[in-house]
Amino acid sequence: MKDYFNKYIELRRHNIQVAVRKAKSRKMCYLFLAPYAILFTMFFVFPVVASIYYSFTYYNILEPPRFIGLRNYINLILQDDIFLIGVKNTMLIAVITGPLGYILSFLFAWLINELPRWIRSIAVIVFYAPSIAGNCYVIFSVFFRGDAYGYVNALLMNVGIIDTPKLWLIDPNYMLPICMIVILWMSLGTGFLSFVAGLQGVDRAQFEAGYMDGVKNRWQELWYITLPNMKPMLMFGAVMSITQAFGVADVTMALCGYPSTDYAARTIVTHLFDYGFSRFEMGYACAIATILFLMMILCNKAIQSLLRRVGT
Amino acid sequence: MTRLSKEEKKAARLKKKEEKAQVYHKKLIRRRKPNRSIGGDIMLYLFLLFVAFVMAFPIIYAVSNALKPLDELFKFPPRIFAQHPTMDNFSDLFVTMGKSWVTFSRYLFNTVFITFVGTLGHLIIASMGAFVLAKYDFPGGDAFFKLVTVAMMFTGWVTQIPNYLLLNRLGWIDTYWAIIVPAFASPMGLFLMKQFMEGLPTSLIEAAKIDGANEWKVFTGIVMPNVKPAWMTLIIFSVQALWNNKASTYIYSEERKTLVYALQQIQSGGIARTGQGAAVLVVVMIVPIIIFIFSESQILETMASSGLKD
Repeated sequence: MKDYFNKYIELRRHNIQVAVRKAKSRKMCYLFLAPYAILFTMFFVFPVVASIYYSFTYYNILEPPRFIGLRNYINLILQDDIFLIGVKNTMLIAVITGPLGYILSFLFAWLINELPRWIRSIAVIVFYAPSIAGNCYVIFSVFFRGDAYGYVNALLMNVGIIDTPKLWLIDPNYMLPICMIVILWMSLGTGFLSFVAGLQGVDRAQFEAGYMDGVKNRWQELWYITLPNMKPMLMFGAVMSITQAFGVADVTMALCGYPSTDYAARTIVTHLFDYGFSRFEMGYACAIATILFLMMILCNKAIQSLLRRVGT
Repeated sequence: MTRLSKEEKKAARLKKKEEKAQVYHKKLIRRRKPNRSIGGDIMLYLFLLFVAFVMAFPIIYAVSNALKPLDELFKFPPRIFAQHPTMDNFSDLFVTMGKSWVTFSRYLFNTVFITFVGTLGHLIIASMGAFVLAKYDFPGGDAFFKLVTVAMMFTGWVTQIPNYLLLNRLGWIDTYWAIIVPAFASPMGLFLMKQFMEGLPTSLIEAAKIDGANEWKVFTGIVMPNVKPAWMTLIIFSVQALWNNKASTYIYSEERKTLVYALQQIQSGGIARTGQGAAVLVVVMIVPIIIFIFSESQILETMASSGLKD
């Protein structure tokens, strides 16, 4: 046993020595990476660590942070009803728009894949444009205006489905669904581009082999040939859509107001924003941020292990 | 003699025709995959057309709104397309807003400056990092790249508060740098650049090295010119993020605020500002879209290598 242990240590030491020698011979690499690595550590790694640290403290910027243990988390879960509304809304939005947006991205990328080249490139622009159009989603507040001038109200009243205008963006019953529609409209983003590009790269010979082996229609072809070939892109797209689905805040804040009626459109991020930049309770806000962070990482890992099984 | 040649000619012509038909036939078959039904294709195209219309409608509406003169904006029933399109709203932006305390052109300049510097720096710094991560094997490289992919998995909101505290400590709050410098380190750019550079043949770099080029020469002379499609991709993602940056938490002096912030203010300015609000909306959204239109094929080329392996 001792022998084994010593051998292990020796091996380890050897490995480290090899690594150090390798590192010395590759000094240039570290120099090249240094600017990015320093900034990345400053603005991505350090903040996450700091956020976890501050989440155990009471910190209001004026006084130095005071350690209070798990109190922030306990308050969040047991006392803060609005936070629970935020969690519920975020989960609802994530569970509905996340997978739906992901599937839509893939579906449209796949459908336009067989179009002639120039139509395809126009289609990509049309589908991708909403997600880079910046604040264009505020135009939806015109469509969903609460009086009879709003397009949706006018349309529904003319058809005879409703007889009085609905307050779409003020009535808590309609807020979330409308936000979801807008988010779905914007959901064909980076993942969509990745799918379009990935589908172009699938080897044609595999499809021909598929005809020989009796792939009957496009759906079989999709499941047996296209999807297994697209796995890396599917992973990437999943990461993108999860990140987007959990980070919803701009749309709800722009459409439903901030704060919204009865907090009906509150998300975790809006809550974070509220405590961090309106009330300056940084410790509490960091606890929210940490919970959000853990939720997103866990969700990503779960989805990735699920996607590994596609088409196998 | 002449008769024979005539017949020969006829035969040759027939042969040619047949060949032509065959080529045409071949093309037709190659273009259509054999296991597709025509009905299904037509249904799909109709469906796609409908969805494309739904997707494009809000954007078309926003543009046509900006072109409407003021009396048309308040017409009832409202019309979707402008009947007498004018550029009045755009010129109003500069004329009426030109007299206000902070002129519209100032907001525009702020956003252009932030976007330009942030994108340039991001391109240089991320490419340098991506180059060594993709083409050299050194201790810590893989671990660092894994960390970068993890960073793509959470939103920027998570790091907002410690970032604020950090920027405050550095004394960068209320300067352009508070937005520009964190944008340099955006993980997405490094990720895409690295994945694309991995597709470059290593022999290219080795050949240059044998010719006596050092790493910097290889980077600027060989690698960067060969990854131009990835440049465009980095640029579009960076521009999109910076151009739409509201920056309301990091910048509070009016003269350094960005276009998106001005947009929100104009929109909350009430009915008198409706026309200008519509115009700003178009100004804000049109720039990323135009850049995308011109760089689409390059971006798609890059995204082909965007997959997340393992």
